[in-house]
Parts: sequence; C-alpha cells; structure tokens
Amino acid sequence: MSTAVAVLAGLAVGTYGLKAAGPLVLGGRRLPAWLDTAAQRLPAALLAALVVVSTVADGQELQLDARVVGVLSAGVLLRVRAPMAVAVIGAVAATAAVRAVS
Amino acid sequence: MAFAVAPFGLVFGVACADAGLSWLDATGFSALVFAGSAQFAAVGVLDDGGTALAAIGAGLLLNLRSLAFGVVLAPDLEGPLWRRALLAQLVIDESTAVATLQEGRGGRRYGFLAGGLAVFVVWNLTTLLGVALASLGDDFVTDWGLDAAAPAAFLALVWPRLVGPSGGEGRRIALLGAAVAAVSVPLVPPGIPILLATVGVLAARPEGGR
Repeated sequence: MSTAVAVLAGLAVGTYGLKAAGPLVLGGRRLPAWLDTAAQRLPAALLAALVVVSTVADGQELQLDARVVGVLSAGVLLRVRAPMAVAVIGAVAATAAVRAVS
Repeated sequence: MAFAVAPFGLVFGVACADAGLSWLDATGFSALVFAGSAQFAAVGVLDDGGTALAAIGAGLLLNLRSLAFGVVLAPDLEGPLWRRALLAQLVIDESTAVATLQEGRGGRRYGFLAGGLAVFVVWNLTTLLGVALASLGDDFVTDWGLDAAAPAAFLALVWPRLVGPSGGEGRRIALLGAAVAAVSVPLVPPGIPILLATVGVLAARPEGGR
C-alpha cells in the first residue's frame, strides 16, 4: 500500500468519524436547552472567524495582503445592498487589481 | 459558496499532481475525506516528505471542528441510521454555515444539503480539473485574486446577522468570534482557530441576567 493510499484511508476514516459522531449519536434529538440557545450564536461567530482566517492567515502566520482589499471591497458592496455574487466578484477583481499594480 | 471553493479545488488538484499523486488518489481525497483544509495539510506533509502518520495527524487536527459542527447539526439531521451516516459526509464549514443561518428545521436541512452537495460537486470536479491542468502553476489563484472569493462569500453570508434589529448582538458575537480566531492563528495549528472561535462562543454565558 503506497503512502498516499495509507494517508487517504486513515484521513478519510478519521475525518468521517469526527463529522459523524454528532449526527450518529444524537441524530434528531434536541440539544439540551443551554446548548441549543448557545448554538444560535454559532453562525455569526463561525462565519466571522472564517472571514478573518481566510483573509489574513497563511498557515500559522498572519499576513496582510491584497486579500484584505478584496474583503473590504466586498464589505462596501454589501453595505450598498449588492447581492452576494456581486460582492464576491468585486472582491476578486479588487484583489487581482491590487496585485497587478504592486 | 460553491463557486468560491472552485479555485481551491483546482489548486488542490494541482498540489496533488505536484506531490506525485495520481488522479485517482486526488479524487479519493476530495470525495472520501471532503474537507478542504485537511486535504491540503495532508498532501502538504506528504509533499515535504513526511510520514503517513504525520499527514493523517495534521489533517485530523485541522478537522477537529467537524466534531463541533456535527454535534450542532445533529438535531436537524435525523432519520434512519443509514441516512444520518450518509449526510454526515457533507459536514464542512460551508454546509454548517449555510444550514445554521436558516430558521426552522426544514430550512436548515435544505441549507445543509444545498450547501453540502453544491460544494461537493464543485470541489470534486475542480480537483479533477486541477490534476489535468497541473501546468497552471502556483500563482494562478493569487494572480487572479481568487483567494479573496471565499472570505468575501463568508462575509456575504454573515452580513444579514450584522444589520437589522438584532444586528447589535450579531455584531458583538461576530467580533468576539473574529477576535478569538485572529489572536489564535499564530498560537495554534491551522484549523484550530475556527474551532476555538466556535466553541468559545458556544460556551460563553448569555448576556444580562435573563
């Protein structure tokens, strides 16, 4: 078995175990009340964390680069009620433009 | 969301080709593991000459947050065991984010399925495409600014939570999550900051004495 296949098998099984632990053990049952109300906050925190990490993280380093300009552009577009697709395209264009001139 | 992950799928395919993996291996990763950051980490370790155990360890560490996501999504993923088992494969950042934004169980299931399946299809197709186009070179994503697509998409998704009547609380929560994530990036391995932000907010006491 090649190394790659061993990694694939191990990672696939391990990752699936992590993903499935919740649904398989708890599926359909309501979460305890405190966890349920706490989970209402999850989307905002998760998405905000994802925005930050995907904008300024490079592995374990913080790196400010053209992505910041892209995300700020998206923010401006969203502020004036642009739809998601426009905001994403605007972000990509702004980032590419900054990289092209620097 | 699905289009935002497309460039990363391409890059993953290219990375696999660079590391000497076949298209079968690359597809296996994208279909069976289906966790972007874990896939990149594992292939990165392999590329650097690491052992299989190191690659698996890196990938799983990055994916610890899947455990938290699965627990939170569990009430909406009910049904026979085989169905829950099948749906669990689709647990990723994007499907969790889209699902938890919806009101009501039906909406959340739809959001989970739509987000999960759309990303699954695009991710796997672009992985294949990436392996085929391995001559694109490392700079393809950055030259075209495509690495700003995912953060912009995440921002667009959270935006409704930041404005409107409950926007004040939404902004506070978002700020807390963002701060925890930002501060922890240099301190812990990749993937963990997301976990910390998520779990940190889950565990925080509700505001006020209600």
